[in-house]
Amino acid sequence: MKISCGQAADICNRSQYKESNVWEKLKLRLHLARCRECKKYSSKNAKLTTLCDKAGLCCLSEEDKQGMKQKLDGEA
Amino acid sequence: MAEHTLLPDQWVDRYADYLFNYAVARVSDAETAKDLVQETFFAGLNSAKNYKGEASERTWLISILKRKVIDHYRRSNSKKGKAEIRINYNSDSQTEGDWLEEQVADPFSRDGDNIMENEELGLALQDCIDKLPLKQAQVFRMKTIQGMETEDICNELNINPSNLWVMIHRARTSLMGCLNENWF
Repeated sequence: MKISCGQAADICNRSQYKESNVWEKLKLRLHLARCRECKKYSSKNAKLTTLCDKAGLCCLSEEDKQGMKQKLDGEA
Repeated sequence: MAEHTLLPDQWVDRYADYLFNYAVARVSDAETAKDLVQETFFAGLNSAKNYKGEASERTWLISILKRKVIDHYRRSNSKKGKAEIRINYNSDSQTEGDWLEEQVADPFSRDGDNIMENEELGLALQDCIDKLPLKQAQVFRMKTIQGMETEDICNELNINPSNLWVMIHRARTSLMGCLNENWF
């Protein structure tokens, strides 16, 4: 049941994208109950996810960027 | 003396997303925003000789984009003929919400503040993402902003899932540090 801080961080990261399973989440919880550093990382990580959602960022696709580069090259 | 120089070859990779987010917040249409960013790059290229190097490259491009946004609204207004403002006091209707008091803006509403705060947050976040190593920024954007599946990103970038998660971890840790002072 015990996991390292590295493994805890990995599960924590994947949880931000809903890519961890119930078993992993349980192991993470147990680890967080004992490890203050990871607990701090985990709450900051969750906050970062909230901020990213709130910011509502959009970005251009790689395809769009390639198109822009080509047009710019044509102009230069 | 010039402190900054222009590197047009890197404009798209370094500033396209930042400019796009700035534009999309103002014109509310992704296609128009994309066109404005492209026009900004063209204009930047054409007036590169006027760049004195006093402002950073990005600040200079943003100032061009601001003009492009204004021009966009001028164009769309001239198409309509003129901008119209209509206030209807509803003096002859019997429906609810007719009293002027009911039609003024709610002084306790925080909607405007929230929109501005979110835009500020968006630009701050974009700023921090731009400071990441190129590959990390790319993986973070694909995963977090575009919401792509891990497998698809791995295929596209030819990396394995553990590489991806290491990059995500590094990116997230850097972003926490970068946003720390103002947003955590």
